Amino acid sequence: MTDIVIYTIITISTIGVIAAVILYFVAQKFQVIEDPRIDLVEEALPSANCGGCGFPGCRPFAEACVKAENLDNLFCPVGGNDVMASVGKILGKEVLAVDSKVAVVRCSGAPQFRKNTSIFDSPQGATLSCAMEHALYGGHTDCTYGCLGGGDCVAVCNFDAIHINPITQLPEVIDEKCTACNACVVACPKDIIELRTRNKKDRKIFVSCVNMDKGVSAKKACDVACIACNKCFKVCPYNAITISNNLAFIDADACKLCRKCVSECPTNAILEIGFPERKIKVETEKKETEINLVEMSKKNKENE
Amino acid sequence: MLKTFSKGGIHPPDNKLSAEKAIEVLPPPEMVSIPISQHIGAPAKVVVKKNDKVKVGQIIAESGGFVSANIHSSVSGTVLKIEETFDASGYKRMSVTIKVEGDEWLETIDRKPEIIQECLLSAEEIIAKITTAGIVGLGGATFPTQVKLMVPRGMTAEVLVINGVECEPYLTADDRLMLEKGEEILVGVSILMKALNVNKAIVGIENNKLLAIANMEKLAKKFQGISIQPLKVSYPQGGEKQLIKACINREVPSGGLPISVGSVVQNVGTAFAVYEAVQKNKPLFERVVTVTGKSVKKPANFLARIGTPLTNLIEAAGGLPDDTGKIVSGGPMMGKALKNAEVPMTKGTSGVLILPTEEAKRKTVQECIRCAKCVSACPMGLEPYLMMPLSERKIFDKLEKERVMDCIECGSCSYTCPSNRPLLDYIRLGKASVGAIMRSRKK
Ligand code: SF4
Ligand code: SF4
Ligand code: SF4
Ligand code: SF4
Repeated sequence: MTDIVIYTIITISTIGVIAAVILYFVAQKFQVIEDPRIDLVEEALPSANCGGCGFPGCRPFAEACVKAENLDNLFCPVGGNDVMASVGKILGKEVLAVDSKVAVVRCSGAPQFRKNTSIFDSPQGATLSCAMEHALYGGHTDCTYGCLGGGDCVAVCNFDAIHINPITQLPEVIDEKCTACNACVVACPKDIIELRTRNKKDRKIFVSCVNMDKGVSAKKACDVACIACNKCFKVCPYNAITISNNLAFIDADACKLCRKCVSECPTNAILEIGFPERKIKVETEKKETEINLVEMSKKNKENE
Repeated sequence: MLKTFSKGGIHPPDNKLSAEKAIEVLPPPEMVSIPISQHIGAPAKVVVKKNDKVKVGQIIAESGGFVSANIHSSVSGTVLKIEETFDASGYKRMSVTIKVEGDEWLETIDRKPEIIQECLLSAEEIIAKITTAGIVGLGGATFPTQVKLMVPRGMTAEVLVINGVECEPYLTADDRLMLEKGEEILVGVSILMKALNVNKAIVGIENNKLLAIANMEKLAKKFQGISIQPLKVSYPQGGEKQLIKACINREVPSGGLPISVGSVVQNVGTAFAVYEAVQKNKPLFERVVTVTGKSVKKPANFLARIGTPLTNLIEAAGGLPDDTGKIVSGGPMMGKALKNAEVPMTKGTSGVLILPTEEAKRKTVQECIRCAKCVSACPMGLEPYLMMPLSERKIFDKLEKERVMDCIECGSCSYTCPSNRPLLDYIRLGKASVGAIMRSRKK
């Protein structure tokens, strides 16, 4: 009986030793020498593994940084300039500072401005509601460009930075939490979300509309649509506004945040966010200007 | 034993409520709005201006490329506006709105009822006439017919397969056409045979249309090379690949076209339109549409002008029922729910189906129980239960290996799933992404 035990122990130990020797040589032969800097860079990164850099995760991004000749086209939006600077230090490569950005939702079509003209029968529990609706038709309102409200953008955000406001049924971004990782921009089938350059006080002025239909048709679908009337374009002293495809766009880099266009817009399509309250006079005046299209075109003609 | 295709297939209830209703000619409405993109391919280019007077059959938009089709006015009257309006896709598309005045047809169109059997034109002349008439596949796919008739170099067509299966529940437009216009269809088929230079044509008809089979069999005796093939009822037999398998027992390879196995498929409605275009000089500006639904008062088959608002068709069938939940353009399986009923009918509108609320709603989605019913239902031999999560999680490389691009979007999987899972919804999304990836790879 003891014999069997002893023999078993001896055989198994011998096999173990032989396997260890083989493994040692195999390991020697196939050893992959990894650049130790990859680990260092990875440590410096935020380990969010969000994919905002365009790589599957933080480690592949670290590998790319080590391999790349310069860091010009590599950027971790979550870590921002500070993290990139320390990556540059580790690798001894120069890093250009990139403007920090924030996600902006360009649609203000809450139900009171934009009537539902059909109901989308979304499968319950679907994680890709907007994408599904988009694949089937133009959407449940008469604006075929606007937000579908299904929250595909909310589902992909790793930083809890975007939520649907239950009253407006539109997504809202929490600026402090948003890392500009681009996930929501990619997820939105309607291309509504844009990453805009941040400024010191997180103030923003932007045209909150993406409708490219002609003015009359856009306004019919949504009260707060941009109707490409050119008023903001004319009033802007810094040439920050361009109008193309029946839609105004404000270049965040050229905009000096003077807010002139905001009060000029007849449909309240331009939003100002993060500013102190205006003097009451302007506010009420703006709210009361329920200018309809006919009046507006009349006025335009008189002006000419 | 009747023939059918080998893989998958389902048997939804027939519901052919309008099968006994003869085709009724619907007079032109007061106003039509004719979209310039009613086919697969490039939209046509408008050639009329506002306030132009047009006649029935006059061209109003010219084909905008190789895969495109001419569009003709379906009424006589004045062009009111050319602007974007909602169509059946739920998007705004360019369309020509015409105010109807009288009903004055182009003189070139032969309106006499006699059937002209003889066609002395050459293959090229036939194809040219079909191109001019703006004919597209009337089974619902709306692929320009002339493109299918131009056989690519290095390939030869051997058999023409004619689709008379009408496998969608509810729809009866093709059924009625085969009963009432059988001879015209067969002349159309022989014209198509001439265009393709083949001497054999098989018309596949499912055996829930016994009268149509009997009528076509009787008439086909007079035509050389055309045979009628009764088929066992199974959805989606109207799919090109399924029909080819059922009729001539050949299998179109994954990603291949029917011509790769020597066949071309055309619909009976298309054959009828070809007859009218070639023998009567009549462009495609009207078609047969089934208006149906369980709560519809008078389900019917109408011969209606392209551009007629669907509301007019629904009115003519007894009006919109109170319990309407969804209005579907096409059949219940592959049709598209509409945003509203004001959209115009187009070349591809084979039916208008009105579903009551309780039938229209999606049922509660539950977990997949791995019953594999979707796998046995899929006519393309795919595994829908697996493709759905792959698409949901965006694992596109695996999805491509699962042959997602072979999916014909027949909806059999979603239909059979006992857990009511939205299989096709997700597969469609995955297909779009995989398609885009494959296209970018080719570049
Ligand atoms: S809001 Fe958008 S960009 Fe900002 S962190 Fe969330 S997903 Fe990324
Ligand atoms: S912004 Fe885009 S993704 Fe987000 S809810 Fe609206 S449509 Fe959906
Ligand atoms: S003023 Fe308003 S509506 Fe006019 S173009 Fe500018 S954003 Fe659009
Ligand atoms: S929809 Fe696609 S996956 Fe589903 S059964 Fe049809 S072919 Fe198969």
